[in-house]
Amino acid sequence: MPSTAVLLSQAFNGLALGSLLALVSSGLTIILGTLGVLNFAHGALFAVGAYTAFVMMQATHSFVLALLGGCAVMLIIGFAMERLIIRHFYARPDEDQILVTYGIGMVLVEALRTWFGGNSQRVPVPSWGTGATKLGFLVYPTYRLQLIGIIAALLVGLYLVLYRTSVGLVVRAGIENAGMVGILGIDVRRTFLFVFAVGIVAVGLAGMLYAPVVAVTPDMGASFMVQSFVVIVLGGLGSFPGAIVGGLIAGEIISLTSAFNSAYSEVMLYGLMALVLVARPQGLFGTEGRV
Amino acid sequence: MLDRRTLLLAGAAGLMLPDLRGARAQSPAQIGTFPEGVGTDSVFVGLNMPLTGVFSGDGSDLKLGYELAIAQINAGGEIPAAWGLKGKGVLGRQIRHKIADTEGKPNVAVQAATQFIQRDKAIMFQGSVSSAEAIALEELASRDKVLYMVGIAGSNDVTGKNCQRYGFRSQQNAYMAAKALAPVVAKALGKNLKAAFLVPDYTYGQTVYDSFSKFSKEQGWTQVLKETVPLGTADYSSALLNIANSGADVFVNICFGSDAVASTKQAEQFGVLSSMKLVVPNLSSFQDKEVGPELMQGVYGSCDFWWTLEDRYPLAKTFVEAFFARNKYRPRWGAHIAYMQTYLWALSVERAGGFNPVDIIKVMEGSKSQPYETTIGRVYYRAEDHQMVRPIPILRGKAPSAMKGPEDFYEVVDLVDGETVMNPPDLFGCKLGPYT
Repeated sequence: MPSTAVLLSQAFNGLALGSLLALVSSGLTIILGTLGVLNFAHGALFAVGAYTAFVMMQATHSFVLALLGGCAVMLIIGFAMERLIIRHFYARPDEDQILVTYGIGMVLVEALRTWFGGNSQRVPVPSWGTGATKLGFLVYPTYRLQLIGIIAALLVGLYLVLYRTSVGLVVRAGIENAGMVGILGIDVRRTFLFVFAVGIVAVGLAGMLYAPVVAVTPDMGASFMVQSFVVIVLGGLGSFPGAIVGGLIAGEIISLTSAFNSAYSEVMLYGLMALVLVARPQGLFGTEGRV
Repeated sequence: MLDRRTLLLAGAAGLMLPDLRGARAQSPAQIGTFPEGVGTDSVFVGLNMPLTGVFSGDGSDLKLGYELAIAQINAGGEIPAAWGLKGKGVLGRQIRHKIADTEGKPNVAVQAATQFIQRDKAIMFQGSVSSAEAIALEELASRDKVLYMVGIAGSNDVTGKNCQRYGFRSQQNAYMAAKALAPVVAKALGKNLKAAFLVPDYTYGQTVYDSFSKFSKEQGWTQVLKETVPLGTADYSSALLNIANSGADVFVNICFGSDAVASTKQAEQFGVLSSMKLVVPNLSSFQDKEVGPELMQGVYGSCDFWWTLEDRYPLAKTFVEAFFARNKYRPRWGAHIAYMQTYLWALSVERAGGFNPVDIIKVMEGSKSQPYETTIGRVYYRAEDHQMVRPIPILRGKAPSAMKGPEDFYEVVDLVDGETVMNPPDLFGCKLGPYT
């Protein structure tokens, strides 16, 4: 049996890991929950975000400027994807949406490989995040501690914009009946464009913030995409609060299992997902029949 | 002018001739893709390597090594002649090739290699970065009776319990690497140390762990923690937290490819690298550059090849120069293994006097009596398990201030004689299958 200190350390790490997973999943769940599109380019866009941070860091030598510039780039990519491709697929079957987004993902990953090669790129931890901080019962990387705060602020901001403003209301009404919303004089297409771009910025931002921690390679998004799906299945497909709770649960499961035996971390995570799918297929926060 | 060495070699070759003739007499006239795959002016070779996924960096390097060797052999000239080859191509036939991306996955690798065999009538195929895909490809090779030259693969199982008559491995196995590395590291870092291991959960990780823990224990080290993680893990925080709290003196990181990069970066962020010495039993091809010399300085590890060996071996010098001229960087492990073993296959074909795989296998199995001169000196394949007996470079990461150039990441602290670190051939349960 691990000591209390080890369990406490891993519980804290679960919180940090969970917040990262929640942010990574948020972009996926925003687009799914509001537009009903399952974005299989999610992992690739995560990688694009990380590479954007890499390029911007090289150009500006400032992590904050890299994040701001990166968000602008992701916004443009989001606009372009929606205008040129995705909007033609809103009324198409789910399979078509999955295929087209999967294809976009492949193109993006191979474009990264062509431009940057297969080797990983180095994105340094920002100067204000280097080193480790003593927290009494454990020593923890300062940057990861800061990430918890940054991610919490980002998630709250995203939630307020999407669910506590008229924009979110218009989007949800547009999903139910786009024609009626149009008759009411609201440009629903513009709102869809905005939400899609916000979802892309969210996943890109996750990639940028994660870039100093992981190996930045063209394929880096693949494992995050799988984990994002696990998180949104746990939390409820398309539910924004579900993604946050699902992320935190996934983080805790992975971390606390590691206190006993790290080899079983993922087994426990997928085991829990299977359990949720059997007992509550719509997920913890999902609504039956929605999405 | 005949010198003593040439005479001895000629004598040895002469002594072998009756054996070869005997072998050829017993070889079937038709086996695998032979003779169908032997054109009048060319033969086809299939190349398998991960160009995407965790091992894509090593895979890309491997690809460039194969391409260089094939281009040189096809063109003929001084360099192939220095290896002992005659004329252009292999036995007058140009090598054609195709490349398949295995993604580091055994099932994808087998599908690609099957196409090479069935569609292209490959006379030989080669390449891998993951031991799991190497094992799958070896099995395919023996089933279809087509020669397979393993690429990067460190697991003991490749030439151990999963060894195959039609598979040959040129890099050191985990046992050899660990036996070579442990004494050097223990001498440098100390004898009575506590070690924590980070182990990727597949055949490579487990056998490297088994071997390195065994040989480090013999040096007086104790193991305080073993953290097992899935291949392709992105976030190692929970495992590293345990390692950081383990009280170990040494952090042994067995992860390979981009997993090695991510885990090392994160280990630094968790303060592991400031409180423990890092040891990497097998250094990935681009770990130096991707992690950076700041973190890699003082790190000990073993490797297949390091480019400064060009100062010791003439064939290494021509290889490094030609590779640099073509690709604008110094070759790493992957490129070297690809380059060297393509030449060794070509040499073996010429020694066998034909492309019949049974004859070539017998030549390679008999190479102890007629070793190959290579980029790492004199080597041969062991007849009992098809493991190459070869020197093993032990490297130590240089401090950024000690680097004489942008790629001068390591110092070769030792070049361990392969004969002294070989496992007994039957230790890992190798039973080579039949020739036919």
